[in-house]
Order: sequence, then C-alpha cells, then structure tokens
Amino acid sequence: MRKLLFGVAVVLLLSHNVFAMTADEAMRKSQAAFLYPGKDFKARVLMKLISEGGQERVREMTMLRKNYGPPGGEQKYFIYFFRPVDVKDMTFMVYKYPGRDADRWLFVPALNMVRRIAARDKYSSFVGSDFTYEDVSGRDLAEDTHAMVREDKYNGKECYIVKSTPKAADMEYSYKLSWIDKTDFLPLKEEYYDKRGELYKVFTADEIKTVKGFPTVIKRTMKNLQSRHMTQVTYLKTDYNIGIEDSLFSERFLKQPPRKWIE
Amino acid sequence: MRDIRYVFIAVFIFCYSMYVSISYAEAADISLHGFFQENYSFDVRASNPDGGDFKLAEERLQLKLEASKDPFHLFVKADGWYDHIDQKWDSALREGYADYTSAKWDARIGRQIITWGLGDLIFINDVFPKDYEAFFSGRPLEYLKKGVDGAKVGIYPGFASFELVAVPFFTPNTFPSPNRFWMFDPMPGVTNREEVKPAVTLGNTEFAVRAYREIAGFDAAIYFYRGFFRQPSMMPDNPLMPTRLTLFFPKLSVYGASAQGRALDGVISLEAGYYESREDRGGTNPMIPNSQTRFLIGYQRQMWEDFTIGLQYYVEYMHNYSAYVSNLPDDFPKDPRYYDLTSVRLTQFLVHQTLKLSFFAFYSPAVGDYILNPEIKYNFTDHIWAAVGSNIFGGGNQASQFGQFAKDDNVYVQLRYEF
Repeated sequence: MRKLLFGVAVVLLLSHNVFAMTADEAMRKSQAAFLYPGKDFKARVLMKLISEGGQERVREMTMLRKNYGPPGGEQKYFIYFFRPVDVKDMTFMVYKYPGRDADRWLFVPALNMVRRIAARDKYSSFVGSDFTYEDVSGRDLAEDTHAMVREDKYNGKECYIVKSTPKAADMEYSYKLSWIDKTDFLPLKEEYYDKRGELYKVFTADEIKTVKGFPTVIKRTMKNLQSRHMTQVTYLKTDYNIGIEDSLFSERFLKQPPRKWIE
Repeated sequence: MRDIRYVFIAVFIFCYSMYVSISYAEAADISLHGFFQENYSFDVRASNPDGGDFKLAEERLQLKLEASKDPFHLFVKADGWYDHIDQKWDSALREGYADYTSAKWDARIGRQIITWGLGDLIFINDVFPKDYEAFFSGRPLEYLKKGVDGAKVGIYPGFASFELVAVPFFTPNTFPSPNRFWMFDPMPGVTNREEVKPAVTLGNTEFAVRAYREIAGFDAAIYFYRGFFRQPSMMPDNPLMPTRLTLFFPKLSVYGASAQGRALDGVISLEAGYYESREDRGGTNPMIPNSQTRFLIGYQRQMWEDFTIGLQYYVEYMHNYSAYVSNLPDDFPKDPRYYDLTSVRLTQFLVHQTLKLSFFAFYSPAVGDYILNPEIKYNFTDHIWAAVGSNIFGGGNQASQFGQFAKDDNVYVQLRYEF
C-alpha cells in the first residue's frame, strides 16, 4: 500500500514537472504583463464594432489606469468618451477589487449627474462590444482552475497553452484556452468554448509594440463566431508611468475631466 | 417671440464665427456639437382642453459650443425650435457658463444644470428646477432638468468635498400647460391670475450646500437648502369670493442626507430630507404646503447580461397634520398624512447595446394613482437614434399627482441626428 502511494506521488510530481512552468504561474505572469504593467497607464482607444453585414460603429475613448498594489491587486480606471457623439463627454470610473465585484460610477453630462451603476463583470458587455468588462480589466485568477495543456508555436512564437475552467457554473463559457508568449507572457490568442464544448469566441493580439519597455498589445480583435460580430481595438496613443494623481479618480474630475489627462 | 428668434440666430452666428475664427488657431480648444431633433406626442385617450390632438409637435436644433484655455472653460448650449401647435419659433439658452479650475477649488458662473440626490425621478435634495411638462409629454429625459442662474463653488480640501451654490435669480418649475393637459385646478372659476416670483434681492438669494465623501465604501452626502418652493401656492384676494389669484413661491429650507453603495449584489440608495415650510411653520395656512419629512430607499441590480432592474420606495410625512385638516377649505381635496410612492424601472439592452427596451412606472399605494412609461430606443447609426414611447396615467382621483392626468395619455416619438 505504502509503495503504491509512493508510486502515485511520483507520477503526480512527474506530470507536474513535465513543464518548466506551472499553469498558475504562467497565468499570473500573463496577468501582470497584460493588465498590470507600469504604475499607471494611459491609452487613446479606438473600438470598432463590426456586424456580420459589415456595418461599423465606432467608440473612441481615453482610458487611464492606476495600480494600487501588486499585479492581481486593486486598480482604478477612468474612461472618457469622445465618440459616439451622443455620449461625448461621458466619463466612467471603476474601482476594481480582487475577489469581489467592482464599484462603478457613470457621469451623464446632459443631466450633470454622477451615478453608481449596478453591473456585474461577468455578464456585462463593455459599451456593446464583444469584450466583457472582464476582458477589459481582467478576471480574478482564483475564479478558474488552470491546467497546462501543451507548448506550441503561434505566429512563430513559442507559447504555453493553458486551459482555464471557471469554478462557478454561471459563466457564459465552459472553458478558455490561452496562448501565452513564453518570452513576454502576453496572451497572443484566446479561445472560448461554450457549454456544448464548441468554440464560439476568439481573441487575438494582432500587433504588439514596446512602450517605455513594456510590451503592449496595441491592436486586438474579439470575434464572436456564432453571431459573426467582431470588435477591433486599436490603441492610438499609449503611455506608462505618467504620474496620474489619486485625486483623478473622484466625482470632481468625473464631472470635469482634466484635459491634460484625457487628450 | 420674433426677437427671441433673432437672439437665437445671433447666438448661432456668434458661436459659428467664434468656432471658425478660433478653430484655426487652437483646434484642440474649441468644439461645436449639437443635434437636430423631431419630437411629436399624440393624444391617445382624449383631445387636449383646447381641442388639439398633440401634446408636442416640434423640430429643434441644439448647438453646444465649448472653449477651453486652462484654467478657464466656457460652455454654451442653446436650443431653437419651431412649435407646430402654437405655430411659432422659440429659443432658449439651456446652459451658458464659465468655469475656473484650480488645484483645491473651482467655480462655475452662469446658467447651469445641477443634479443632487440619488432618486430616480424622485427628488428630495435635488431642489433645483424641473420641467414636468417635458417629462409628461415625452421629451428626452434631459429636458426634465432646467438650469439655474447662479454660481457654484467646489472646494476639495481632501477630507471631504463641498459644493456651495448661490442663485440670485429664481427659476420656478414648469408644469403642464392647461391648454395641452387636463388637470386639477382647485379654483377653476378664477381666471385672473398673476405669478409673482421672489424679487431679486440679497435676502432672496437661494443658497444650497452639499458636502460629500466616502464612508465605509458608501458615497455619503449631507445637504442644505434655503430658498423657495418651486411649485407656486395660490393666494386669493378674498378667501370667500375670490376674483383674483396671486401665484407665489413660499419660503423653504431643506436639510438632508444620502448614502449609496454596493449591497446585496447591487447598489442600494438611501436619502432623507426635512422640508421646513418657513411661511407656515404651524401648518395652519391651507394655501402653503406644510413642513414634511421625506425618505427614499432604492435598489438597483443587474439580473443578467444588459438587463437591470431598479426599485424605489418613497414616503413623505406631513407635519402638523391636524392643523392642516382643520384649516382646509371644505371643497379642497385632502392629502394623506403619509403619502408614499413606489417605482420600478426595467432596462434591457439588445443588439450590442444599440436597442434599448425600458419600462418605468410610478404607483402610489397611499393614493392609488400611477404613471406607466414603456419606451423603445434604437441607435440606427452612431449619429441617428429614434425612440417611441408612451405615458399612461390613471388611478387615484382627479386631484392626485398622476390621477389628474387620466385623460392625457400620449404616445411620443423622438428622432435625433447628433453631430
């Protein structure tokens, strides 16, 4: 009996050590590289929502992010909308916490009103796009179990392929496969499989540029294979460590966003 | 009215010339936007008191001009429209102000819209003027709010934030016009009426203060207002045989507080206010509202993707109720001591948030009246949207807040091109 247990333990250890890196570690590094680089971050974001028939709708915004704590920790987001014109000057603020739903505030210029909004990351499309809030600001890694599937090349780059399965059953997808670049740990591709195990949503990192030493996905696409709708996101301007003050993330500046930060 | 039209044209020419001349020099600092809008509202139950069948029929142009040069910022929002019911042009300056911003404080002077408090169409500490005709006849929601002519100073010392508002020029609420709406009038026989606004004096200047900060994850605020009721009271020249009514605005102070935060997988809102009727502290004058305490609890939650539900319960308690009852003229409708109101708002977005289905309803358990407002809105492109909706009133009695509009049910259409 004791021998058998020993044998099982050896097999388990061996199977874990087949890869130099565990799935959890790869996902942690990927989260740090993709969603947490720098102390703070600013981008002018152009989002194109493209329907099956080719009709385009454009959302343009400035997104500001500041980290509070290490990767995986708290973050604050501030978003100012330029387009479409009916939401121009609208601002949106998120306090993101690991392990629980975020706090969100919206400023409606026509009413000069700041309101908290009830929204849940998991179910919410970001401004009607194919990206959810979780895709934009990240998902708590502890909410999934991660398993290393294999190592492979994607677009000529060596990748870890990690399967992430949500622990809770209330997610839209049953699991996700991520292609994580072995060098810079950016996710190059993600495949989302539905409850029947069919691929229905694909994320691709289409262009990567190093800004202030941080490799940054400046062009990305999320394609919904079922609705044939897709969203292309381009960062027109990107910058890191620009010294965003804590006070920016307040009702005062939601109502009057400082031009130095939004332009 | 003709000169108003010229004022609007002049404002437009001024804005445009400013835009053209400055935009070359400092393109980033100037912007001109706006919309062209069609807005119609048809009676679906009865014709208007004046025989017409439209609550609203107009084409409207709005221009928004913004100019910034740190630390200053100018904003002008002006509307010009043609009203098919009265067959005339009209115009209004919706907002027009200058901002000054420094590190620890800022100021805004001019006509500005201020929204305080947490209610969804229920106002306790939002003591600023409203246009209820716009709301009941199916204009876009932003037309419910009217600007105030005054100054606002924001002070941000760190431990809390403060807004101080001074308004020397009084703006009353706008109520539905008797030509277009069937509604209750306690003295219909007296048509000789005069509205008297508070005189522009230092003593009559309205003051409002709001202090706010985060407390234990909640957005907490306290409020104070000293000014006037925005709904006029009627003072007859002779209580027994009135021949003439003076519509005036009794003095009011409001003391209030609110808190909002995440709870029960949603957002919970609490708001309260004490309305001190300063010209009728004893509650014996039946023409002036009694002092009240008002309370609101609201809850908002996202149930599934792009579907949100909002619930509210509101109650107002009339102080000095026995004084009110014993002084009320016999033929006047009697308000309850406790008046309450519930609301539900359902919102579902579809087709990548370009199609919005919404339903809003007020129902008063105390009085039994209601308003229902279903609406469909679709964004055809990034520039064009249309909305179709309905306002349905009923229940209660002919004097109650929504019951009095029982013959005013309407279906409205809004079509807007934004640029």
